[in-house]
Amino acid sequence: MSEILHPKEKHIKLPEGSVEKQTTTLNLGPTHPATHGVFQNILEMDGERIVSAEQTVGYIHRAFEKLAERRPLYQITTLTDRLNYCSSPINNMGWHLTCEKLLGVKTPKRVDYLRVIIMELSRISDHLICNSVVGVDSGAFTGFLYVMQYRELIYEIYEEVCGSRLTTNMGRIGGFERNFTNAAFEKLEKFLKEYPAVLKEFENLFTRNRIFMERTIGAGPISAERALNYGFTGPNLRAAGVDYDVRVHTPYSSYEDFEFEIPVGQTGDCYDRFLVRNQEMWQSLRIINDAYKKVQEFKGADADIYHADAPEYYLPSKKDVYTKMEALIWHFKIVMGETEIPPGEVYQSVEGGNGELGFYLISDGGRTPYRLHFRRPCFVYYQAYSELTKGAMLSDAVIVMSSLNLIAGEMDA
Amino acid sequence: MALTNETIKERLSQKFGEQVSNFEEPYGMLTFESPKDMNLKVLQFLFNDEELRFQFLTDLTAVHYPDKIGRELAVVYHLHNLVDNIRIRFKVFTDINTPDVFTATQLYSSANWMERETYDFYGVNFVGHPNLKRILNVDEMDYFPMLKQYPLEDQTRIDKDDAMFGR
Repeated sequence: MSEILHPKEKHIKLPEGSVEKQTTTLNLGPTHPATHGVFQNILEMDGERIVSAEQTVGYIHRAFEKLAERRPLYQITTLTDRLNYCSSPINNMGWHLTCEKLLGVKTPKRVDYLRVIIMELSRISDHLICNSVVGVDSGAFTGFLYVMQYRELIYEIYEEVCGSRLTTNMGRIGGFERNFTNAAFEKLEKFLKEYPAVLKEFENLFTRNRIFMERTIGAGPISAERALNYGFTGPNLRAAGVDYDVRVHTPYSSYEDFEFEIPVGQTGDCYDRFLVRNQEMWQSLRIINDAYKKVQEFKGADADIYHADAPEYYLPSKKDVYTKMEALIWHFKIVMGETEIPPGEVYQSVEGGNGELGFYLISDGGRTPYRLHFRRPCFVYYQAYSELTKGAMLSDAVIVMSSLNLIAGEMDA
Repeated sequence: MALTNETIKERLSQKFGEQVSNFEEPYGMLTFESPKDMNLKVLQFLFNDEELRFQFLTDLTAVHYPDKIGRELAVVYHLHNLVDNIRIRFKVFTDINTPDVFTATQLYSSANWMERETYDFYGVNFVGHPNLKRILNVDEMDYFPMLKQYPLEDQTRIDKDDAMFGR
């Protein structure tokens, strides 16, 4: 017993020189509840101040890029789901857009607008999680529980559209696998009707909350130049004051038909990031409203268009497969992955939940990509973490992490 | 005056002459390459030139071409000029036995982890990198897994008794 209470010196293995040095090493992660994901921060602490931070990532690396080299295009969609799993439809659509660019498939306007609706819904759900988690980390749990109900409603819309909730595998090359049902539109209407009041109340809980402001203002700030040099994109870059948005700079999926504002911050600290995300949710709502109006304008036969006319890549309907020879052939070729893709080199990016999500695809004319690289926004900007937290308090380390919206799945690919 | 692919091409040819070559425009993005010992000079020029201003490194990765003897590895930079909103792709080829390429971390802080990732998967040795070690794979790994000579596991193999995973 006394052995345990007073362990002999030989049982204690302190690292060399750790008694002499004046700082403490603290492991934050890899499975700490505050990291909201599997990644590690080794903090060097002087009292409660952070002297330096070293990040370790890669705990859930799943070799997506290698796997993609042996998969036909349509099977890669499921890999993209698992990058940023808070907004997987954006990843799916981004991948489909990349394929369509390579294959030269032109999508009809209705498909574009439906995609815009889905992408903006997932942006809302992504920002909702991020912002409410910032709240949780500053001690306000209510907002998180309160908005969860509306993320659930968004997931129900996904469910109506594609049948699954988190890893959606939504859409096909050229459009959607089926038309939106009336139930999906009803749920969308319910969301559009009820959500503004909820978001307003969510903002009321936080935006001018003294405690929240004290915790977030000045925590983890970054200047515009440093943010650009670090490859920041998305809300984090905009919070630093740069109005770069892929939806505006290189419009895809007919974003040029919509009018919306890009909110920007000034100091790039946690509070600005929070405000930018909140504002973006309002803008997303505006885009969804517009897109829904545009979708409703399609009447008669036009309202049944939900995919492009690309028989080589778009799976034919089961009825046609059983009755038509040509459809049967396409079905077989697509499912067996025997469609040859044209050689080429494509970079396509979309504005993901937390930044510019890029797909760099090289095809050598085979059946699978020769090389596929994902430009994962949070992998790129997480390296700025040690600069953001230098000199900050330990409690700031946690809040900076959650307000950067780090998703381990995206970081590790 | 908005920057166009032609102007960029002209500026580069003026400055580097024959050193920058293989200009292409796949899907509208200007793509070119340079010898590997020139990569930092070209990047520096692209970064500092007051007309070009490619100050945002979007992406950095590598590609393995086992059949191109002497130029097996390609390091690919995607650069973005945010002011004129134009992107370019810049490639550097190196042979696989001496995969030494100068690091871009002095110009772009974002290159730090991207280069570590590229090293991790392809073994490209970025000369001058402050902390070139593996990032996503385990430190003990002694090969570079994205090279083409390492195939994925054959999914139809039957010699593996792995009842727990239903194979």
